[in-house]
Amino acid sequence: MDNLSLLMDGFGSVLTPQNLLFACIGVLLGTFVGVLPGIGPAMAVALLLPVTYGLDPIGAFIMFAGIYYGGMYGGSTTSILLNTPGESASVMTALEGNLMARAGRASQALATAAIGSFIAGTIGTLLVVFFAPALASVAVEIGAPSYFALMVLAMIMVTSVLGGSPLRGFIALFIGLTIGLVGLDLNTGQPRLSFDQPLLADRIDVVVVAVGIFALGEALWVAAHLRRSPLHVIPVGRPWMGREDLRRSWGPWLRGTAYGFPFGALPAGGAEIPTFLSYLTEKRIAKRKGVDEFGKGAIEGVAGPEAANNASAAGTFVPLLALGLPVTATSAVMLAALQGYGIEPGPGLMTDQPELVWALLASLLIGNALLLVLNLPLAPVWAKLLRIPRPQLYAGILFFAALGAYAANLQAFDLFLLVLLGLLGLAMRRFGLPVLPLILGVILGPLMEYRLREAMAISGGEVSGLWSEPLAVVIYVVVAIAVVVPLAVRRIRPTPAAVADGLDSPADEEEKVR
Amino acid sequence: MSQPAAVTIVVGWTPDEFGEVALHRGVEEARLRGGRVVVVNATRGDALVDDRYADEDQLTALAAELGAAGLEVDVRRSMGADVGDQVLAVADDVSADLVVIGLRRRSPVGKLLMGSVAQRILLGADCAVLAVKPAG
Repeated sequence: MDNLSLLMDGFGSVLTPQNLLFACIGVLLGTFVGVLPGIGPAMAVALLLPVTYGLDPIGAFIMFAGIYYGGMYGGSTTSILLNTPGESASVMTALEGNLMARAGRASQALATAAIGSFIAGTIGTLLVVFFAPALASVAVEIGAPSYFALMVLAMIMVTSVLGGSPLRGFIALFIGLTIGLVGLDLNTGQPRLSFDQPLLADRIDVVVVAVGIFALGEALWVAAHLRRSPLHVIPVGRPWMGREDLRRSWGPWLRGTAYGFPFGALPAGGAEIPTFLSYLTEKRIAKRKGVDEFGKGAIEGVAGPEAANNASAAGTFVPLLALGLPVTATSAVMLAALQGYGIEPGPGLMTDQPELVWALLASLLIGNALLLVLNLPLAPVWAKLLRIPRPQLYAGILFFAALGAYAANLQAFDLFLLVLLGLLGLAMRRFGLPVLPLILGVILGPLMEYRLREAMAISGGEVSGLWSEPLAVVIYVVVAIAVVVPLAVRRIRPTPAAVADGLDSPADEEEKVR
Repeated sequence: MSQPAAVTIVVGWTPDEFGEVALHRGVEEARLRGGRVVVVNATRGDALVDDRYADEDQLTALAAELGAAGLEVDVRRSMGADVGDQVLAVADDVSADLVVIGLRRRSPVGKLLMGSVAQRILLGADCAVLAVKPAG
């Protein structure tokens, strides 16, 4: 029970007035950005990065944890009340949730989503507490070749398994890797892709890339589609649920958690698959019980996927903390924040920065509880946010984007880069390229190169050194399976993405940013 | 655009009490003067949610109401930078003789922050404008 006492220490450092304030700000901000489709927690964290350099890392990460979980909650509100899932993970929630809301049961749908998220998030975070240190202590032994293989695995999984089109995923990944290459080669001091620009030789700041792609790209995309037929939000009071709803919800909550956590914890990442599986399972169970309300607004169809969604969000902290491998856009940006503080992410993180790690885990639990307390009464207020006219909203975002990009290095040149990257972000949205592989390429690329160099140095330049460890071989086999199996499965049954497309949801145009 | 013999009344309509009172008055005028009614429902379309832009159910209810009054249903819906301009454009298009709008109460802060659709229609219309308020 060593972990539990460490977690208690974490609570000790979080439960100060200042840090609780950060947790509150993070949770509110996260819900804010989660409610509004197109603006996700990743963008919010990216915009806040330069602001938080003035804070100590613990305060900043408490805020980021709040934003991450808050974004999950906010997304469910929009999908239930408006049928426009803010992020790909809430597509399945929207299915039954919106039907429930139309049937006048919006309060119960919101309540089961909020309580389910809380339960799944809490169980998930506790599982992280037990798994992450164990994994990290094993991972410290992993050599550079296996590490490199793991990173390849994470990239392949995120690129080809998640999202509709592997080709588009790989295009985005390679654009990201290319951006990550710009600047001085750390080993030899040679400038790469810097076009003789001394400012480019200094590498492109991750903040500028993230803000450009997420914030500016989205703002330009919205400006290009400014006027769209407005929707009607279903009026809702304070969320609540009766005994019958509770009885029907707890099973899906637990099953959803069981689906969500492993998918988040594996470097496969993503919440699309577990939410989809949870939805299918609940539907099948309901059919067997003979009370199949699916298609008419079944509470099980909201409770299960919403729990799966949050459990997988919690699960992504396992690879992030134990291996330094992010699998969602938000955790990728959080990794960049770690680097901004000069903290090296990886298996050593748990032992080098125990205070930060355990404070982060404790703040996840606190943030989760805060969300439940804040969101149940505040749901009608969040629904009002949807009335904000886009010009006002995006003017604010652009202001913070420009401020953040400039503040990162106090270089006017970064604003020029910001505009370029914003145009790239717009083009990616126009051509349906996913943003996650790009941001992963930018952030993980340099780390991957470092491991590759290390592995090559060990083997004396022999390429075979890359598969000299058994673990590396196993991982490459998994990579091969991960590439082949989806191709085979896709022929047999539709992917979650294809099912979601069939819903003709307006979210199709929204970039799937998490 | 051929000039219709009967008078044409344009109603700026929203699915709420203000639209309702304007519609009632417009229908009344049309009966009195033997004219037709053109209903305009416009939005800026720049927010995710706009309750003043009617959904399918509200449009069906509107059509039923107009039908019950024995009028042909002519509803124009549009999206553009300014709701007032959209009403004026329809009034221009059908050579309206009268525009009926519902007036909202605005707080001092509201006056500061938002432009007034009613003001724009009152100042910009080429024909008479009738502004009505809900009772109470």
